[in-house]
Amino acid sequence: MNEHAALKDLLYRIADDELIIAHRNSEWTGLGPILEEDIAFSSIAQDKLGHSHALYEILHTLGEPEADTTAFTRDERRFRCCHLVEYPIGAYDFSLMRHFMFDTAEHLRFDMLEHSTFEPLARLAVKIRGEIRYHIFHANTWIAQLGMQGSEESHARMQGALNDVLPLALGIFEPSEFEEELAADGIFPGEKALQERWLETIVPTVERAGLRMPGLAAITPAYGGRRGFHTSYLAPLLAEMTEVFRIDPSAEW
Amino acid sequence: MKIQSLDPRIARAELSEEGEAPFTLPPLDQYETYEVFHLAVRGAQPVHVGSLHAPNPEIALLFAKEQYARRSKCVSIWVVRTADIHAIGVDDADIFETTPGKDYREARGYRVGGKLTAFKRKNMASNE
Repeated sequence: MNEHAALKDLLYRIADDELIIAHRNSEWTGLGPILEEDIAFSSIAQDKLGHSHALYEILHTLGEPEADTTAFTRDERRFRCCHLVEYPIGAYDFSLMRHFMFDTAEHLRFDMLEHSTFEPLARLAVKIRGEIRYHIFHANTWIAQLGMQGSEESHARMQGALNDVLPLALGIFEPSEFEEELAADGIFPGEKALQERWLETIVPTVERAGLRMPGLAAITPAYGGRRGFHTSYLAPLLAEMTEVFRIDPSAEW
Repeated sequence: MKIQSLDPRIARAELSEEGEAPFTLPPLDQYETYEVFHLAVRGAQPVHVGSLHAPNPEIALLFAKEQYARRSKCVSIWVVRTADIHAIGVDDADIFETTPGKDYREARGYRVGGKLTAFKRKNMASNE
């Protein structure tokens, strides 16, 4: 059996999420609702790209190819990102709600990983803690503002976005075949534990924003991404993201 | 023909392609401005670093962090509504002028360095 298979699978899941959400969020650059928000959201996207790079670097130390090769040359089936990050940016309500749900999960995941027995990951978690805190501050502020202090339209649009994003967001926590092994080795407590903490965290924020949390019982989480089955949105994204790299893979940047 | 743009700020202005007279945005269409101050290190004085548009103080802080604390070291940030700052403008700069020969009215007019050193020396000696 492949050495470090469980660890690598975990790292690919996190890294691919970060890379694809970074690309999606960066699509707002130049189009943000106002200049200052454009700068903030673009900067957040850039942070995510940095996180993915750091994770691909860790994978490289475990025998995987170099970061650029890993990011830009794999075909779709080898990506381990969840469907949530693949969806087009939509309107700003969708992108903000995705940012809120994804980043809260990201924050809690890295919070858990600070105690990981795999030290490179624990060190990275500590290193990026401040960045993610700003991302959370940004997301929570907008959810509260547009849900509670905005207009009827902003409230309705945020509720619509919440209903649309939730099934996709639950796909973040698609369990892998390695859950027990990762938990037993003290590397990561598991997706189930993460999802519980995530719900405990987002529900009060959603309610404070005057939004209604849909009942989870009737929702089918968007699973498949962690096993390489993706939405039809991923392939065009990868084609665009790797376009320049493929012209000359040996180019020095 | 109105100019169609992906940028909502342009689309909203409904500019004609023929180029009409310069338009004015209706009142309250633009957010208020806030002035941003930052602290480079703990205990330093806040320094004015610029301004930004925001609908309220929470969002102003959100924007200030990325606009003004992204590329330099910063430990704290303040925002103040521009409208809340009262000023004597540069047009009235002459009211700060004073006639020559009145150094005694300025802090640098006092020569106390020597006295202070002597006092400290005496005090330290008596403490020993």
